[in-house]
Amino acid sequence: MAEKTSLSLLAERLRNFPARPRTKIMEVCGTHTVAIRRAGIQHLLPAGAKLVSGPGCPVCVTPDHFIDEAVALARLGVIVTSFGDMLRVPGSRSSLEQERAAGSDIRAVYSPLDALQIAAATGRETVFLAVGFETTAPAIAAAGMMALEKKIANFSLLTALRLVPPALKALITPPQGDAAAEPTAVPQGDAADTEISGFLLPGHVSAVIGKQAYGFLEKHRLPGVISGFTAEDIITSLLHLLEMHNKGIYKIMNNYPRVVRDHGNERSRTVLAEAFAPVDAEWRGLGSIPASGLQLRPAFAVLDARRRFAIEVEAAPPRAGCRCGDVLRGRIDPPACPMFNKACRPDRPLGPCMVSSEGSCCAWVTYG
Amino acid sequence: MDKVLLAHGGGGSKSAELTRKVFQRFLRDPLLMEMDDAARLPGQVFTTDSFVVKPLFFPGGDIGRLAVCGTVNDLAVMGAEPLYLSIAFIIEEGFPVAALEKILASISKACRQSGARIVCADTKVVERGKADGLFINTAGIGRPVFSKAVHPSRIRPGDAIMVNGPLGLHGISVLTARGEFGLRASVRSDVAPLWGLISKCRALDVPFMRDPTRGGLAQTLNELTHGKEFGARIREHDLPIPKKVAAVCDLLGFDPLHVANEGKVVMVVARSDAARALKALRRHPLGKAACLIGEITKENQGRVVMATRAGSERIVMPPVGEILPRIC
Repeated sequence: MAEKTSLSLLAERLRNFPARPRTKIMEVCGTHTVAIRRAGIQHLLPAGAKLVSGPGCPVCVTPDHFIDEAVALARLGVIVTSFGDMLRVPGSRSSLEQERAAGSDIRAVYSPLDALQIAAATGRETVFLAVGFETTAPAIAAAGMMALEKKIANFSLLTALRLVPPALKALITPPQGDAAAEPTAVPQGDAADTEISGFLLPGHVSAVIGKQAYGFLEKHRLPGVISGFTAEDIITSLLHLLEMHNKGIYKIMNNYPRVVRDHGNERSRTVLAEAFAPVDAEWRGLGSIPASGLQLRPAFAVLDARRRFAIEVEAAPPRAGCRCGDVLRGRIDPPACPMFNKACRPDRPLGPCMVSSEGSCCAWVTYG
Repeated sequence: MDKVLLAHGGGGSKSAELTRKVFQRFLRDPLLMEMDDAARLPGQVFTTDSFVVKPLFFPGGDIGRLAVCGTVNDLAVMGAEPLYLSIAFIIEEGFPVAALEKILASISKACRQSGARIVCADTKVVERGKADGLFINTAGIGRPVFSKAVHPSRIRPGDAIMVNGPLGLHGISVLTARGEFGLRASVRSDVAPLWGLISKCRALDVPFMRDPTRGGLAQTLNELTHGKEFGARIREHDLPIPKKVAAVCDLLGFDPLHVANEGKVVMVVARSDAARALKALRRHPLGKAACLIGEITKENQGRVVMATRAGSERIVMPPVGEILPRIC
């Protein structure tokens, strides 16, 4: 038998915590989803409490239309560079992985600077698929600046960057418009029964935007805890959340001070803001959210792949049967989708939540 | 499926799909259909493997050492002493002879260490750009010498699962040697011929051995339990995962259980022989860090579960597609 470690003691505290019934905590970030399931933390929750995944997996929230645009670019003969997870996402007609096998030059990279290097080394038109949140946006902005500075004129960006706080706001604010139409929009499933009780807030995103960016949660009487990614980090963060929820305390707590400063990283934010401006953006499952995306500012517009290549793609048809949207809103657990682990599996995914290793559906299949 | 994807070569469930949907429609010999690392012929075992690793040289080894060890180990895990190898080279026009000599010296050394002899060979040269430097194929014949049959049909609940040392070194070594991620982790590959180590257990009851190469430990254990009336349970706490491997995996979002090894053997040993097997392995230089990592269970039939450090459980799935192409 293993000796009692501090981790197993923490786990025991979580198991025995007197949680209020119907407590629903949303882990916003895909990296948390994976860390939770790798450690099996969802099985350690006390009775009454459950975890749902939020819209914090960049691959998952990127609309089909974007993949179609990337495929169109690849077919033009430019080099398309991307974080690896995007390659397998099916667009409405094809995926980048299939286009690569068909002969297009599509390369997985781990950083936008790698993409810039490919542009410099090959001299060929090179597009980087700029997806992600506040975490990746500053590095992409920096790569763009470097391209301008070094006059690497064959480098451009196809952007679908997203911001986390506006999405959280949209999740907790009732939709505008006809209230009578609302019930039809609420799907079946046990997770739909209760409102969100608190947020496990992303560690890396918060390192950029800081604690201050979540002030609106307090106004909505919701607690939030910024968490790291070890099992210890996550369990202590959940304990804080459950306790605040029990006591009716609505604060944002930074439980990841070894990485996240309360004010975030101002330098990263400055770089980001120099290159990008907020814009209304489409999220899979959440629809259009005001000021939730990033577009290149006029001074950087020469880097915009959409302008450079004038690609036109038809509107993507809705994805029949796929309930990624409801999963991303935390309204259903993945198994409530009729295609989950049947028609849609990690080796032949239909929806992006099954493609991305950080997608909620993939994490449910992979770690149980 | 109308085109072969890189993911189909990853050794995971995509590879299995290609095998099932394409290869097995044409190649259906009953010995081949057993899907073992090597074919069991009367009185001998026979196997083949191709090597396309990039880069050709990496810390701890090179494509030559890999080409010998890969085939020797596939024989060894069948409980067979490796005897004879064939080797074939596909070389790109312009390849430096000095590099070829270095690779041949390494092949010769690995043969001496493994006890196998290279007895036939072939060389082809293709135009510049048609092969990435050098590819190697090897095939091998071995003679089964374990006193009890090494056959998964003999696995029973309660059997011990052990491994001879730290996991993930080869995959991380090759990955960092490529320099693709700006990583310089100085991890040495574990690539080594395993017969010397494995033969220490020849008198013991070892119903299953496998070298956890592409797809890592997760792939091996899932192949072991797939469709069977038993499961496997491992303990995260007992898994020998070096700090450097864990750190690189964390950074890149890999599961260390999916990372390739080239000098490791996963053994399922009858409970009554487990202590003896561990002792025997630990007496060999390649088994000093051998350890128990779990058991075969009656529960969780067909599945692999892991007891996590946090005191919970999760399932362990094989990797899906291309995690790290051209790792071997």
